Amino acid sequence: MPGAADPGFDTLALHAGAAPDPATGARAVPIHLTTSFVFESSEHAASLFNLERSGHVYSRISNPTNAVLEERVSALEGGVGAIATASGQAALHLAVATLAGAGSHIVSSSALYGGSHNLLHYTLARFGIETTFVKPGDFDGWRAAIRPNTKLLFGETLGNPGLDVLDIPAVSALAHEHGLPLLVDSTFTTPWLMKPFDHGADLVFHSATKFLSGHGTVIGGVLVDSGQFDWDRSGRFPELTQGYGGFHGMVFSEESTVGAFLLRARREGLRDFGACMSPHTAWLILQGIETLPLRMARHVENTRKVVAFLSAHPMVSSVGYPELEGHPSHALAKKLLPRGCGSVFSFDIKGTRAQGKSFIESLKLFSHLANVGDCRSLVIHPASTTHFRMDDAALAQAGIGPGTIRLSIGLEDADDLIDDLKRALKVAEKAVA
Amino acid sequence: MELVVDGRKAYAYTGGKPFDPALPCVVFVHGALHDHSVWNLLARWFAHHGHAVLAVDQPAHGRSEGPALASVEALADWTLALLDAAGVARADFVGHSMGSLVGLEAAARAPQRVSRLVMVATAYPMKVSDALLSTAREQPLRAIDMVNVFSHSSIASKPSYPGPGMWLHGSNRALMRRTLAGAPGLDGSNLFEHDFRVCDRYANGLQAADNVRCPVTLVLGERDQMTTPKHTRDIAKALRAHIVTLPAGHTLMTEVPDGVLNALREALARPVEHS
Repeated sequence: MPGAADPGFDTLALHAGAAPDPATGARAVPIHLTTSFVFESSEHAASLFNLERSGHVYSRISNPTNAVLEERVSALEGGVGAIATASGQAALHLAVATLAGAGSHIVSSSALYGGSHNLLHYTLARFGIETTFVKPGDFDGWRAAIRPNTKLLFGETLGNPGLDVLDIPAVSALAHEHGLPLLVDSTFTTPWLMKPFDHGADLVFHSATKFLSGHGTVIGGVLVDSGQFDWDRSGRFPELTQGYGGFHGMVFSEESTVGAFLLRARREGLRDFGACMSPHTAWLILQGIETLPLRMARHVENTRKVVAFLSAHPMVSSVGYPELEGHPSHALAKKLLPRGCGSVFSFDIKGTRAQGKSFIESLKLFSHLANVGDCRSLVIHPASTTHFRMDDAALAQAGIGPGTIRLSIGLEDADDLIDDLKRALKVAEKAVA
Repeated sequence: MELVVDGRKAYAYTGGKPFDPALPCVVFVHGALHDHSVWNLLARWFAHHGHAVLAVDQPAHGRSEGPALASVEALADWTLALLDAAGVARADFVGHSMGSLVGLEAAARAPQRVSRLVMVATAYPMKVSDALLSTAREQPLRAIDMVNVFSHSSIASKPSYPGPGMWLHGSNRALMRRTLAGAPGLDGSNLFEHDFRVCDRYANGLQAADNVRCPVTLVLGERDQMTTPKHTRDIAKALRAHIVTLPAGHTLMTEVPDGVLNALREALARPVEHS
């Protein structure tokens, strides 16, 4: 019989969740800039509030434009659904707040974006949620850190700052052995490079600000559920398997066998914390996703050329990109990231902090700013910006040298990017003399 | 709500309200590799509008204990026994796909116990191709992907189910995978092949129709590729059924939830005098 499969990735990136608007015929997704939605009757209103019907009530909880984005990212990730949030940080918080409360514990990879580390280490601790950090490849460490009150294991597909590839099959197997879900930050890879659910992850979030949006225009996040984790069988999550007083005693895992997590996240976390996404932002991220496959291919192509150039340059002491054989995650990257390892990486130039600053200031095409995943190439010198308060010893502890430079390679002509880097490296070399 | 049927644990979702057998009862019966959660919006609506609701998990599906039952006839007997366990003398039956055959057979076996019958996404005979049966046996995850595609008419159904932001293809695939992993079929088969064979083997439809005494409504998806509307003509005629066709595929409850609700409200308001 003929085969049948879901549409391919590129098709889903353009069409999943969206059809021509039935009211107007508009082909592009309309931006529904409205706070609320008119009820057909009192009975209709009551049934929407009581989850007897599906539909929109108030844009903090759901919105038609946001819903298209949520369905589209779910489709690309292979999930059951998603929730769009005000930022990637809000998506991480929503995941944690749905599953954990005071007295809960998280085991996290130590190779994290600084903002995620701050949230877990400082802010959530203030609310009684403790986190143990372990090196991403230390499986004994992951195992030893799990406690009876642990609710979640967490890591990034490509860890910060060294691009450690998270061994999702191994860490998810460990998590499941203990009845725990694995949450993965997939911002740097996007589903075009890797689908964490295919490797055992249970929840994924993105800072959609980065590659999904792709143009450096908006702040947003998306939290996606695989629907694979069995909350009832785990026995660790009364939040999902016992009645919730905040929604008529609803038992979320009874209501939806595979959508329990998202039901509670939307009806509690999004409703009460309120970190929702603007429909205009959702629309801009959708515009970005429509070209995600094309952009990611070009990001990776350009990055490989830049990595090759830097690796051979005498002013460069090291390049940290997992496709290079010397990278600690090289073998894992070949297995989990065959399409490429993204376009964000660090390298070290020989010399002092002053030379690093000189290099950055001499770049013309690369923009010096605190972001990644833009279509334009970006650069930052951690020692003089994000980590400027640290002395050299503290920087080394964080895996950052005085000459460490982080690049986010954009979509320009690779030759122009290389020329820009070549010129700036020459200036940096002379700066010491 | 947990019950004991034939000595084994059986589960029925009651629509978010405690079950009251004194109220008019609606029984929802799911299809192959599904569970009660495919009915949750409808179950909640009826439970909050004056009905007692039993959205069952069939044996070996969802939260009901196995083993799986071998035939539509056995499933009908089990469902009637579940009514006994719940203290329900008479109920409306709503079934989807394989569950619609269970409802038909129950209505034939115990006409006095079925007030109205609604068959959603049905066909008779409900034949399954040899190729799909063998794929379900040998590569069940691939078969799930195939059936998932055949079951949906769109990649943009709105307002989605059970709420905005859910990706219907992904939800259905995850539910079928979860159900497949939950229990085996009989005689060494997996549950997917088992459920398909239950549908495929059922041969009593037209005889059963002769015994049905209640009003019958068929709710069909005009773009259904699993149980195409043209394959309902004979059974619809035999049942003298009222037919409602909606712009959807096989998974009507998730693709057009409001359309199915409206069809059920109308169907379950039909006079209960035996026709």
